[in-house]
Amino acid sequence: MPNLEHPAYPAATLLHLESLVPCRESQVSMLLSIFGERQQFSFPSIFIYGHTSSGKTYVMQTLLNTLQLPHVFVNCVEYFTSRLLLEEILIQLQSCSSEAEETSHVPCDSFNDFVRLFKQAVGSQELQDQTFYIVLDRAEQLREMEANILPAFLRLQELTDRNVTVVLLSEIVWELFRPNTGCFEPFTLYFPDYSIGHLQKILSQNHPPEYSADFYAAYINILLGVFYMVCRDLKELQHLAVLNFSKYCEPVVRGEANERDTRKLWKNIEPHLKKAMQTVYLREISSSQWERLQRDDGEPGQLKGLSAHTHVELPYYSKFLLIAAYLASYNPVRTDKRFFLKHHGKIRKTNFMKKHEKTSNHLLGPKPFPLDRLLAILYSIVDNRVAPTANIFSQITSLVTLQLLSMVGHNDQLDGPRYKCTVSLDFIRAIAR
Amino acid sequence: QQIQEDLNKQLFDNLVSFLRQSHPEFQGKTTEWTWRMKTREIPTAALVLGVNVTDHDLTFRSLSEVLQNNITPYIALLEAKDCPGIKNLMQKLMGQLMNCYIDVDSLEDEDYVQVSQRRIRCSMTSLIKWYESVTKKKDSETPSKKRTTSSRHLQSPPVVVIFKDMESFTTKVLQDFIVISSQHIHELPLVLIFGIATSPMIIHSLLPHSVSSLLCIELFQSLSCKEHLSTIIDKLLLTTQLPFKLGEKVLQVLINIFLYHDFAVQNFIKGFQLCIVEHFYSQPVSVLCCQLVDAKKRANSLSHDQCENIRRLPSFRRYVENQVSEKQITLLTEDNFLKETVQKLLEDLHVYHENYISVLRCLHVFTSSLPKYPLGKQIRELHCACLENRVWETEEYESSLQLARMLNKSDLVTMLQQCVEIFVSSSGKEFDKTVEKLKEFLTQFQKLEEEAFQEHDVSVSSQKELQKKTDLYHLQKTLLEFKESRRSKKLTKFETLRFEVVDYIDSLVRNYLVPADHKTLHEVVYFNTASVLREHLNAAPRIALHTALNNPYCYLKNQTLKSDGGSISNKAPDICIAYKLHLECGRLINLVDWLEAFSTVVTSAEGPNADVPSSDQVDDIIHARFIRAVSELELLGFIKPSKQKTDHVARLTWGAC
Repeated sequence: MPNLEHPAYPAATLLHLESLVPCRESQVSMLLSIFGERQQFSFPSIFIYGHTSSGKTYVMQTLLNTLQLPHVFVNCVEYFTSRLLLEEILIQLQSCSSEAEETSHVPCDSFNDFVRLFKQAVGSQELQDQTFYIVLDRAEQLREMEANILPAFLRLQELTDRNVTVVLLSEIVWELFRPNTGCFEPFTLYFPDYSIGHLQKILSQNHPPEYSADFYAAYINILLGVFYMVCRDLKELQHLAVLNFSKYCEPVVRGEANERDTRKLWKNIEPHLKKAMQTVYLREISSSQWERLQRDDGEPGQLKGLSAHTHVELPYYSKFLLIAAYLASYNPVRTDKRFFLKHHGKIRKTNFMKKHEKTSNHLLGPKPFPLDRLLAILYSIVDNRVAPTANIFSQITSLVTLQLLSMVGHNDQLDGPRYKCTVSLDFIRAIAR
Repeated sequence: QQIQEDLNKQLFDNLVSFLRQSHPEFQGKTTEWTWRMKTREIPTAALVLGVNVTDHDLTFRSLSEVLQNNITPYIALLEAKDCPGIKNLMQKLMGQLMNCYIDVDSLEDEDYVQVSQRRIRCSMTSLIKWYESVTKKKDSETPSKKRTTSSRHLQSPPVVVIFKDMESFTTKVLQDFIVISSQHIHELPLVLIFGIATSPMIIHSLLPHSVSSLLCIELFQSLSCKEHLSTIIDKLLLTTQLPFKLGEKVLQVLINIFLYHDFAVQNFIKGFQLCIVEHFYSQPVSVLCCQLVDAKKRANSLSHDQCENIRRLPSFRRYVENQVSEKQITLLTEDNFLKETVQKLLEDLHVYHENYISVLRCLHVFTSSLPKYPLGKQIRELHCACLENRVWETEEYESSLQLARMLNKSDLVTMLQQCVEIFVSSSGKEFDKTVEKLKEFLTQFQKLEEEAFQEHDVSVSSQKELQKKTDLYHLQKTLLEFKESRRSKKLTKFETLRFEVVDYIDSLVRNYLVPADHKTLHEVVYFNTASVLREHLNAAPRIALHTALNNPYCYLKNQTLKSDGGSISNKAPDICIAYKLHLECGRLINLVDWLEAFSTVVTSAEGPNADVPSSDQVDDIIHARFIRAVSELELLGFIKPSKQKTDHVARLTWGAC
């Protein structure tokens, strides 16, 4: 285990930091060496990437906070326009400076303004002798803003001529970021996924105070055994651990087993966890419902999950419209005459046809069809006569808003709009019943 | 008119009270959610509302009203069409929240200034700041100031964001919004409500797992619209409070539109209102359609003309014809006597309605539990059947009675008890005797139970035999067998009693469930012109267009246009001529041919004096008229320019519909 060592910071702080970021020691030491000492200029931009919940944000935050480095932390999803983003950075910058004077917020419309204001802000404070860090979380959003934002952030040090480092955090690799016009290449750092051992270590770190660490670690071990196959998301696992822990403790509380009786506890919890995997993990039922269920010790059968309510009630003609749309989407036009006319010609089987029928139409996905065809099929599948009233037409549009049909091509309405049926065969079967 | 306004109010009252029933559980949840703020999940309610989108507006409005009164003043209603991007969504959200805050205490003028300033920066942080300031103000106002921060958090009302139509939101917007708000859930107690029209699966298809794992979704299913409809029918049509009644056909039309087309209760109510308007507008004697006391007063003050109107009613004539000849004359000549009779008749009608409804409910109790539902499962079907004609003459009634004769004892007793309850709760005076009779039946059953220990085995076995054969197919056979067995074997006491009960019910039905159009003066309260309603509610644009173009007389009412169908008259508007000519063509129409045909039709009236030389050279004016007619047809969507052949247009309609 590489101990963190750095001349610029006291050893106690580093030790504390190390305890806060388990399993990320190598990355942290790497970052520290890049950062250098407080007053040293560091790399202008650093790009950190890794899979979901591999601790990027957490590590950056704890690192900057525990070492008390001046920084700004911004989530790019939240500040969805460049203006909001830049203004937010400036506001945080103002608030982190020691002077508590509340200036009214300054409008910052372009990057040019930002550079100017940033210089002012940094220059006016005692930040000059330290490196200032700007952390942009979810940096992939930057690509959707104006084209100049990302390259400008990458060379912010050069532009402002101040001691500043921009850290970009993202879930995707740098290659997908690189703009066409070329830009300053940041230093890239990869955060690998936690292994099962890491997960075990991290999860068992925050055990509840009433129980011993070993007891909780055993619980985590069981939990991981069940869930590791389907889920490696640390956050999700943490959530599940908290949810199910009370159930695990139940025998201990009742006095039926002591904390060391792992086998007994395992027998008690295992079916429960499996049930949880089917319901809570998929968010079929919410965690609060799950907790209530645990308290009442009821059967989960009474609580129907989200997917249990698949049945959709539709008006009579809407059902037929949907069925007609489905038929129109998945049957080729030339079979229409055969299927829907009473006196059709004899079916001529040619080799050509046979060859094509083999690939199922269901594999090809729905095809668009014109409105007239839909109506014609509708008339032929409904028994009694249907008047083409406004109600029928409005039903088609309401089916479109319900996303059961979708409109294809947005050209002229006069041309006859074309639709696609977006529901599955099972759905149609349920409706047709 | 005043009555009508009252009616509307009543309608909406009913609806809102109905909606409230479905929401109390929901309110309970929201208060509980605030306790769970520690997790990062956003509490979310998925409201499955069914496909009747038109009703949702009202539902959400009443929902937000209820929430506003009980839980939190901070509610934002978001619609997909307002929020194409996350920016618009935030703007809309901020606007609504801050506005409603201003509504809460609009005394301070500064707030207006602040809000207008803040609107420039629509972000979550400003929202949080706003929320903090609001809640702080609240706290300082409340006397109980000394609260720890944690309890203050619980006390603070959640911010409810309602997404009206989940399906129409773009995935990106929703995802972004959820991610953002989950970041700030600690500072801002946010509750989301998704309005879902189809099925809750849509949440999974719209949101990826990483986002939906941020939500703590609970599902709430609102009542299905069919149930909604039946409660509305129950409350509106089957009460005596509403003097206005729907005729059988009209009701059928309304229900059909509901079931076949849109499932929209809102539209049903609108149709109902239309019926009321149409009734008061078209029926002169509808002045008498109001509460009984008012109706009597009005009947007293009828003018001579109105009396004549009453005399002209077919049902009244029937009534007159059944009277003695002297009475006939007085009825037809003396207004005062007529008024008295009318009052009496109206009272009769009122009593009839009271009785009708309770007997109908009673019959429904019986028929709704029979196998295969020969008379329909819902009370509305029974209602329709009873309105249509004498219900006891129908085959379905026959078969249901036969089935009722084979009910087992416990069912029968519970049904009788239900009937007693219905009759007791109804206001009709004539039912005292009925109640007594029914109670007598009940006591007899009880006695029977005590006595029948010996005979028990026999009756049970016969009953079992019956229950096996309850389906309609075997009915005939069983009945035949039974007739024989009845002859051969003496009936048990239970069976005789059962027959008595059913016969009694039958007599009740025959007495009280007379269809309304057999009653005198039914025209006063019944609206029965279904065709008008159908025309209004079931618009058929294509047919209307076709008739307008094919037969302009229908709309223009110009005598010269009244033609005999087949030929094309030249007096019709140009567009009609062009339309009729185009009907004769195939899919592709040659414009030159069309023009020629057009000009011959137009000039044919001049007939003999239209000379030969003009035939090959078409008049400029006619040419212009033709072009205008064609472009009008194109605007209406009958033709479009085609690229397949030059000088041709393509027809877009096929045949006459």
